[in-house]
Amino acid sequence: MPNDNSGRRRFLGRVLATSGSLLLAGCDRLSQTEWFPNVLSSAEKLTQAAQKLIVPRNAMAQEFSPADISPEFRSNGTSNPSNPVYQALAANGFKDYQLRISGLVEHPAVYSLAELKALPSRSQITRHDCVEGWSAIGKWQGVQLSQLLQRAQPLASARYAVFYCFDPMDAQGTTYYYESIDLDEAYHPQTLLAYALNDAPLPVKNGAPIRLRVERQLGYKMAKYVMEIKLVDSFSDIAGGKGGYWEDRGYEWFAGI
Amino acid sequence: MSQPHSLASATPPLYLRHTLTIRVMHWINVMAFSLLLLSGLQIFNAYPALNWGKSSYNGQAPLLQIDAYRDAQGQLVGVTRIGGHAFETTGVLGVSADANGNPSVRAFPAWITVPGAQWLALARRWHFSFAWLLVINGVAYLLYALASRHLSRDLIPTRRDWRSLGQSIWDHVRFRHPQGAEARRYNILQKLAYLSVIFGFFPLVILAGLAMSPGLNALLPGWIDIFGGRQSARTVHFIAAWVLVAFVFIHVFEVMVSGLWNNLRSMITGRYRVPAEESDHAKR
Repeated sequence: MPNDNSGRRRFLGRVLATSGSLLLAGCDRLSQTEWFPNVLSSAEKLTQAAQKLIVPRNAMAQEFSPADISPEFRSNGTSNPSNPVYQALAANGFKDYQLRISGLVEHPAVYSLAELKALPSRSQITRHDCVEGWSAIGKWQGVQLSQLLQRAQPLASARYAVFYCFDPMDAQGTTYYYESIDLDEAYHPQTLLAYALNDAPLPVKNGAPIRLRVERQLGYKMAKYVMEIKLVDSFSDIAGGKGGYWEDRGYEWFAGI
Repeated sequence: MSQPHSLASATPPLYLRHTLTIRVMHWINVMAFSLLLLSGLQIFNAYPALNWGKSSYNGQAPLLQIDAYRDAQGQLVGVTRIGGHAFETTGVLGVSADANGNPSVRAFPAWITVPGAQWLALARRWHFSFAWLLVINGVAYLLYALASRHLSRDLIPTRRDWRSLGQSIWDHVRFRHPQGAEARRYNILQKLAYLSVIFGFFPLVILAGLAMSPGLNALLPGWIDIFGGRQSARTVHFIAAWVLVAFVFIHVFEVMVSGLWNNLRSMITGRYRVPAEESDHAKR
């Protein structure tokens, strides 16, 4: 009886080890297919629908006290765009910077940095959650995107705000960072075009002169170095068609989780 | 005793131990939890440190950090830091072989992550898909356990169970398991282990996971402070997941020592053979 059992256990051990490596190999093979990641990403739709259902449209992200501010606000991704146009603007303290509002709006507009700073502003101490897993807390000041949208008057057909950025994401300078959010998020009171971080002008490494804050989503939604905001009815014909630089590389468009 | 009785004890009867619903839910849970663990370790690799507090940058060192450096010879060395202590963990944690067998910098090795290669976006897709499956299956299980009285009949300890606590611990230490009629019911340690997983660690790992969602944070600003903040929630999520892994190891161990095939059959076909009462206890 004991011998019989130990033989069975050895056999079971081998079965477990083999099925373990088969499981991993199988998962990797599924990961490589076209269809399986698509099946997996149907969970994204479920997550988005669930969050839209239970989180009120204007529910506020948590705000913190000055004591919680991170000593250093980490820079991730591009820290200094190699784009010569951007470099020239930065060299001149962004005096010639212009933010363009375009696309499906009644009144397309162009704002200088000084004009943006002259508008009523909002300050908020919020937590920035990177998709990688880390968080940092900073104080942001900027103009609410909702103000600019109220002035621009989006057409009824507008469904998304697309943010075009200065930072090239490859050596050739053919691919640029971009992002998109829906109008619920665009009109949210905490959605800012931020020009100040921790009571100082926004540093280049954190997205100067203007970076987007979308406090209920992950960090990659919050485009840095914003140069144009375009209202569209669909982003399927922009770049990879998934609504953002990282989305085109497999990350979720709905980054609320 | 009488002839029929001794015949019956010579070939103990099979009985239906687990209903089809429980069996299906059990194996869905096995699959979902396995894939959540493996994809979770891949997600951890994107930021291989655990902090305590609201943010990762609060002037305090991480509780756990898995990283790598190059030594004087240019060789990659994996280091795991826990509290103030550093351990060299090259080959497993910090530095391990990639698909071509070359040393690469990664916290958890490819043989324990899904996908194997460093690929955060796809790991998140695996993770959130199977998280939905685990939660839906878990809620269905709870409803079923309540409605079918599985919970009250089989899992909630009775007064008699509590009185047998000392004896049950002593039995487990000696790897002795109930026989005869007693084997038809869960023992007290078994009940407590299952209840702590069903009502303790699974809800905890799910809640701590949801606490990391910036969208759900807005549901009631500040609710995640019950964990001490988002980075604490991430740490709790990680630890609770490993507690569940520890449960699985103990569970599988107990399955093996208390009759591997009998237990396995009962969770596949539902049929369990009640172990015969041994007349001579001195045999052991």
